[in-house]
Amino acid sequence: MVDFLVHRVLISVVTLIVISLIVFTGVRMIPGDPARVMGGTDADSAGLEEIRQKYGLNDPIVVQYLRWVGLAIRGDLGESIRTRESVVHTVARKLPITMELAFLAVLVALAIAIPAGIFSAVRRNTIWDLVANTVSLCGISIPSFWLGIMLILLFAVRLGWLPASGFVPFWQQPFGNLQRMLMPAFVLGAGLAAVLMRQTRNSMIEVLSADYIRTAYSKGLARRVVIFRHAIRNGLIPVVTILGLQMGALMGGAVVTEQIFVVPGFGRLIVEAVFTRDYPLVQGVVLITASSYVLINLLVDASYSLLNPRIRIRGAAGER
Amino acid sequence: MSADGSSSTAAVAERLVAPVARTSDGAVRRGWRRARRRPPALVGAAVVLLFTALAIGAPWISIANPIKTDWGQIRKAPSWAHPFGTDDLGRDVLSRVVWGTRVSMQAGVFAILLAIAIGVPVGLAAGYYRGAVDQVIMRLTDAWLSFPFLILAIGLVTILGPSLTNATVAIGLGATPTYLRLTRGLVLSTKEEDFVQGARALGAGDPRLMARHILPNIWSALVVQATVSIPGAIIAEAILSFLGLGVQPPTPSWGTMLNTAQQFLESAPWMAWWPGLAIFFLALSFNLAGDGVRDLLDPRDY
Repeated sequence: MVDFLVHRVLISVVTLIVISLIVFTGVRMIPGDPARVMGGTDADSAGLEEIRQKYGLNDPIVVQYLRWVGLAIRGDLGESIRTRESVVHTVARKLPITMELAFLAVLVALAIAIPAGIFSAVRRNTIWDLVANTVSLCGISIPSFWLGIMLILLFAVRLGWLPASGFVPFWQQPFGNLQRMLMPAFVLGAGLAAVLMRQTRNSMIEVLSADYIRTAYSKGLARRVVIFRHAIRNGLIPVVTILGLQMGALMGGAVVTEQIFVVPGFGRLIVEAVFTRDYPLVQGVVLITASSYVLINLLVDASYSLLNPRIRIRGAAGER
Repeated sequence: MSADGSSSTAAVAERLVAPVARTSDGAVRRGWRRARRRPPALVGAAVVLLFTALAIGAPWISIANPIKTDWGQIRKAPSWAHPFGTDDLGRDVLSRVVWGTRVSMQAGVFAILLAIAIGVPVGLAAGYYRGAVDQVIMRLTDAWLSFPFLILAIGLVTILGPSLTNATVAIGLGATPTYLRLTRGLVLSTKEEDFVQGARALGAGDPRLMARHILPNIWSALVVQATVSIPGAIIAEAILSFLGLGVQPPTPSWGTMLNTAQQFLESAPWMAWWPGLAIFFLALSFNLAGDGVRDLLDPRDY
């Protein structure tokens, strides 16, 4: 297992290095003089030279990269051009909001997908299975932002049950917060639910045809016990992996969802940063998102190897 | 296939007499027979064709000019003159939805073609040659996959500037790792097959093995993947345009139409209905058709 984890960590480190190279090169590819970008339009040539000196833009590119990575590791990603606030602080301020949204969305998705997936696997090829699959197919095909707009139209404009947009912190108004987060969490969770439901169904179908399930039935256990005690444990393992891999889509989806419901999180931050050409902020946000995706999936794999003896043993045998 | 098994011996004999001439015809007919058993897939394919026709024929079909503003017809509800209503500048929404099909299909199809054009050859090389090349390519792919698609697209559009072409490139690059990994995986298993080894023993070189023996055998899996990833690309284009990072006004696109519609939800909700429904139906049809294509190309089901 240690071998497996070490191997996995090494791969993650290499991935992180490549990510940093991509982000660094990407920012260098922006047309125009970086000093000019940082100084704004009214900086004169002396001012530009000062900026170049200050940020070391005259140094060789390798030196610039190493310095940038060194600072990034110590938590310094520069400062926003627009607000002069440090990028890390800005992100730290916005991130909890997006994390709350993502957490609620995952709850919504699991609450829909797991029961529906198990149900349609158990009742395979019945009308209920067909209904569940059709709903899931629609869930994959529906653009989440349009779903959001339609929900606003129904629940906020027509019925007036929920506020269309806005945000209040949870610790100030717990109820108001959840009330405003309900639609965004559902919109963000719906697409995820569709994907997870398909995965749950497929993997439950596979597990339910396994020998040990037949053994469980033949020793006289009730169907309920077989499904909930025996099948679910193995059936849900692939679902956890898919959930980890879907984190990227979830972060992307949060950008759109926050845009529609005017939630002042990470996603709105990055869109604003693009439109105001706030390059250090875009760079920082992209770097942080990609790195956290790598770390989340490393954690998923690690927890996986702790939970699943097959991976544990295979890892110990030195196989990959 | 029991129904076919009972077909007369005459048919079997006929096939034996003229096997070569009948092959392609037989494949088409067999395909049609299998397709007919799946009505949802057929409906999906039909709707996809309908949208394709709309996209190509937009200049001839459209009843009104999609970018002509009319200050006397601002935010009018659906009527005979304007079946889908008019928007905030008095433009005909039906016409804009039809023209938007063009943008969406173009973005979806070209993005996936780009992904295939990069992903397949690189994946082929990685899977075929293995070793250091493979390692480097796979680490790059891992890193590339760590950028959530939308974040990647936002980053690229920041660098390249917002436009339909750049959005398409961003979507295509975002989808590339999927094709690269898929191709590599398929090549790894196909390479070990007897017929490939046989061809190698007969002296076929690497390029010939890849082009003539491996590629034709993994092609169907790639086609299936393309059918199911086009709807994703179409939705992605709509999202980018919705955020203002894709198609720029006044060109009609479903994403930008929805962006505008959001400001007029109370006074003109129809502006939000149609573009969204169009995306939904197109994506759904592609997904249904994709399931059909998967069955059709599945070699196990002959």
